[in-house]
Amino acid sequence: MLSFALTVLLDGISYGMILFLISVGLTVTMGLMRVVNLAHGAFAMIGGYVAGYLTQQGANFYLAVIGGAVAAATLGAIAEMTIYRPLYRKGELSQVLLTVGIVFVATGAVTGIFGAFPYPVVFPAYLTRPIDIGFREYPAYRLFLIAVGAAIAAVLWLVLDGSTYGARLRAAVDNPSMARAVGIDVNLLFTVTFIIGCALAGLGGAIGAGILSLEPAYALKYIVLFLVVVIVGGEGSFGGSFVAAIALGIIDTLGKYFVPEAAAYLLYAAVFALLLWRPRGLLPPKSAA
Amino acid sequence: MIHGRPVLAAFGHALPWAIAIAYFYLAPYALSFGTQVMIWILFAMSLDLALGYAGILTLGHAGFFGLGAYAAGLFAIHVSPDPILGHLVAVALTALFGAITGAMILHTSGVTFLMLTLAIVSMLSEYANQARGLTGGDDGLQGIRLDPIFGVFEFNIFGKTAYVYAAVVLFGWFLFAWRIVHSTFGRSVDGIRQNPRRMRAIGTPVWWRLLAIYTISAAMAGSAGALSAHSTRFVGLSVLSLLTSGIVTVALILGGTRRLYGAFVGATTYFVVQDWSAKISPFFWEFVVGGMLIVTVLLLDGGLLDLGPAVVRLRDRWRAGTEGK
Repeated sequence: MLSFALTVLLDGISYGMILFLISVGLTVTMGLMRVVNLAHGAFAMIGGYVAGYLTQQGANFYLAVIGGAVAAATLGAIAEMTIYRPLYRKGELSQVLLTVGIVFVATGAVTGIFGAFPYPVVFPAYLTRPIDIGFREYPAYRLFLIAVGAAIAAVLWLVLDGSTYGARLRAAVDNPSMARAVGIDVNLLFTVTFIIGCALAGLGGAIGAGILSLEPAYALKYIVLFLVVVIVGGEGSFGGSFVAAIALGIIDTLGKYFVPEAAAYLLYAAVFALLLWRPRGLLPPKSAA
Repeated sequence: MIHGRPVLAAFGHALPWAIAIAYFYLAPYALSFGTQVMIWILFAMSLDLALGYAGILTLGHAGFFGLGAYAAGLFAIHVSPDPILGHLVAVALTALFGAITGAMILHTSGVTFLMLTLAIVSMLSEYANQARGLTGGDDGLQGIRLDPIFGVFEFNIFGKTAYVYAAVVLFGWFLFAWRIVHSTFGRSVDGIRQNPRRMRAIGTPVWWRLLAIYTISAAMAGSAGALSAHSTRFVGLSVLSLLTSGIVTVALILGGTRRLYGAFVGATTYFVVQDWSAKISPFFWEFVVGGMLIVTVLLLDGGLLDLGPAVVRLRDRWRAGTEGK
């Protein structure tokens, strides 16, 4: 029984880590700049495809993942400077439409370049084997996801909590106009954070390809999940998205074990109920509370 | 809409219907394409009422379209093959569903509302996927048989009946929508979009008005879904996907919101472009449509119908710039 509970927990946490890695950038876009960014999944998808291409060419897995993250960050930087900037002043409708447009373009481009079929990332052999973790054999890949996710979450937490950059970012999320008034360059801060967010999404898309498989529909298919993490956690709340992502991973895994036929259905029902109960999410940042 | 040139205006109003009639005679081999375009015009027009006029930011309209389609299909299979009765039942059911879900979520706004609509459509989609016995899951709902309309006009592979049926339904809904947006009710909904607080302050029952327009919009989208199920005698799981919501939004925005005719221009443009670019390459249409959407949002506030005025604005700005020197 205990070993079963631990298995469910590990499955849920590893899934949640992927959701967190990909969604953490989105929480910045939506929390800090109030941009409804439906194109975030597209950056994760691009990171995954680039990493998949590189591994298929025989590149080292870790270099390929970094390559995917860099590609996503580069495209993110270009998109931020050209397409996103005019959006900050426009309404939510324009933001939804334009980012949906980006999703269409990315989907078309990926289909054109890589084909319409699911696209594999080649993982190193030692990650595809199960390893002994004391009470049972467990896929090394999922442990790897948990390790990477935990490491990145720890780094993010240290940076956000301890550095000047983190303090500025939190200040800007809580009150952008006050942050501007005390001399913080909110726009520059946002561009930098947006690029980091895209890089993390690309990284998540690459290493998470074993769970969220890469296909042209990826950007549209999973964006609802990523949005759920951000909205449930509270827009702009990093801790909130972490909690929400892990909780979502565990709930989804539990659902798949116990009520496989209704799992996805129950997940959305839970999100629906939660949003009616707390429209601003679980842990909203202070200014939004 | 008051025009200084009534003859021109009358000509403009008659134009889409003249095209629809001409198409029937000129392209008898491609009537199913025309039917599909009219169904999506109706669907986009329903979104125009909610998104355009009332400013309700939703990505959940696929839920109403899909619900209408499944309701019409299941009714034909399990209850009665009468298309008109089935259509009415589908419309009533989506209206009810719109009213219930609208009552639950319309007190929220912005991103929260958007997420709630996404959650609803995702629930429906997952349900339809799981309930294979009822919906056929991802194989789609097959085996829909329909009686002839009024016992006379049979649905057949040439699609003449389906085309006329779609055109008549579209015309009916258009007159209804036209009446609504030019009524005091329509004006108050437009006011709510512009400033809900002020409308509340002058005594408008904001929530009730939004619920009413949302329900009407849901019924229209359900009607489009029922047309789709009847004309193709098939309902695929994709009717409930986010892509369906995305496409109808694109179709509306391309043509322009708050005009009703925007839906006509947008949906037609969308499907012609999709048809044309998919012939070049199967992935190309997404690329083209996405690009059109980006350009429309960044440059044309009022969709393609704004193309003329936008060019005039640019010219005036350029003139003002040169005169200033």
